[in-house]
Amino acid sequence: MLKYVYILLPLLFLAQTPVLGEDALTESPAPTTTQSSEETVASESGAALFSPNVINVVYLIAAVMFIRGIKGLTHPRTAVRGNLLAALGMLLAVVFTLGAGGLSYGVIFAGLIVGGGIGAYKAVKVEMTEMPEMVALFNGFGGVASVFVAGAAMIYESVTVSGSVATAASGFIGAVTLTGSLVAYAKLQGLKWMPDGAILPAQKLVNAALVFVAMLLSWWLVKSAGTGSTYYIAYWLIVIVACVLGITLTTPIGGADMPVVIALLNSYSGLAACATGFVISNSVLIIAGSLVGASGLILCGIMCKAMNRSLGNVIFGTMGPSADTPDADEVYKTVKSSSPEEVAILFDSAQKAVIVPGYGMAVSQAQHAVRDLSNLLESRGCHVDFAVHPVAGRMPGHMNVLLAEANIDYDRLREMDDINPELEQYDVALVIGANDVVNPVARTDPNSPIAGMPIIDVDKCRTVVVVKRSLSPGFAGIPNPLFAADNALMMFGDGKKAILELISAIKEG
Amino acid sequence: MTLITGITIFVLAIFIGFEIITKVPPTLHTPLMSGSNAISGITLVGAVLAAGHPGWQTQVLGFLAVVFATINVVGGYMVTHRMLSMFKRK
Repeated sequence: MLKYVYILLPLLFLAQTPVLGEDALTESPAPTTTQSSEETVASESGAALFSPNVINVVYLIAAVMFIRGIKGLTHPRTAVRGNLLAALGMLLAVVFTLGAGGLSYGVIFAGLIVGGGIGAYKAVKVEMTEMPEMVALFNGFGGVASVFVAGAAMIYESVTVSGSVATAASGFIGAVTLTGSLVAYAKLQGLKWMPDGAILPAQKLVNAALVFVAMLLSWWLVKSAGTGSTYYIAYWLIVIVACVLGITLTTPIGGADMPVVIALLNSYSGLAACATGFVISNSVLIIAGSLVGASGLILCGIMCKAMNRSLGNVIFGTMGPSADTPDADEVYKTVKSSSPEEVAILFDSAQKAVIVPGYGMAVSQAQHAVRDLSNLLESRGCHVDFAVHPVAGRMPGHMNVLLAEANIDYDRLREMDDINPELEQYDVALVIGANDVVNPVARTDPNSPIAGMPIIDVDKCRTVVVVKRSLSPGFAGIPNPLFAADNALMMFGDGKKAILELISAIKEG
Repeated sequence: MTLITGITIFVLAIFIGFEIITKVPPTLHTPLMSGSNAISGITLVGAVLAAGHPGWQTQVLGFLAVVFATINVVGGYMVTHRMLSMFKRK
């Protein structure tokens, strides 16, 4: 990873040569010149340690390190290094920015210490099951940081038309990200007072009206650019309108769709940083912001595809049982309840088993018990794989992290598309706390609310064991005929307790 | 930086983003999100410039921006590191 630093470092020295220096200086005046025009305490302000060219080259290096860092994430083996590389890039960018000159450091360091302390505390303390909440909250923080930076830059940056358009965009996107993320955070926390579904009559009309008002205000902001107070008032009005829009947009979206929402807000937080990059004419903000924007959009698309819904349907549509949903009692007439001993006998003769975890597994904290079960089965000569549905957790890839935390080898985590064609070869499928993602109705009934949604075809395994508290429906609100299938056995009970009982039954058997 | 330069950088970066991020396996999507969250904390660069600028309004706004962006950067990278350390092959 260091070779990129070696390649780019010589550019630093090039940037200091007078020829390059004088050429580009005309474009970006050194911050020291603006500082000298203002009457402030000179003793507090540092002189420029680095020329703008050096800083811009460092920004380029940082951008390359971000790109290489994300590239490291394409494999678990290189991922840790990739993340460190990206962090190093960030450190470089910030340290060299501190050397820009004309800055008073007191406020900066106070902010760095407070923010760093809070961030580090959250990072160490957070439970892996709470990752969606944390990412949601951090998306919001990224958005609000952009709002403040653009608001501050209005006061001292030179006014241009494109700059004020970018300022409006930065305030708008940042504020929508902030309140949208806070609503998503509250929903993920399971706060009961958060309603699902439309909160206002003519919801879409209200949203459209808010967007229209924000556009009018943006026009006003661009018109009044550089006029002082009017200019600032226009900006903060945009921020207020966008804050309201963030709430009205996110509140109607159901808890089950939160993975899509977090991914989308992730994308927004990047775009907000990007817009701020245009405000302060800073290339590294534009590059890093676009990378995050692209990342969030891709994840959003993957989540939508895994639920067979369009983004518009997630944001504006409602999902619920359709009128002709089959009666649960009718579907569940032939359900067979089973005991741990009976299931243990099944596993005794099994050569290949697949475990399908759902979020219910994480809720009952059964990950470690499941790991013990899979190790036990392996030691008895049964091959165990894990089939993970893309929306199994509450954010993209969440289930994989929960299983990795329980020390389950990532090689054993198989993607849905990858394992589906092979499922017929498995003797036993163990479904723990999952429902809609294994509902064969998605394949068979075109009128079902989950019709066409890709599912894990566990019904094709020789035997399916479903560990579940009760026959209650999942998020889609429809009964699951898998539970009553000829080759299915239900093991009712709390996930963790049921798995522990199963383990002792296998050991005794 | 002229506007057109900025837009050029923006469009090219979006393309690079799509190219590399589509290659990230689903197993690492959560670390990707928290890691890219940290990267979007690059706003910190702008926040530092604002917080260090004279004038109380810019300093107040700058201070708040530095706090929130630093939470993003420090928290994001640290939690991503914590998560990625769990993905070890036995």
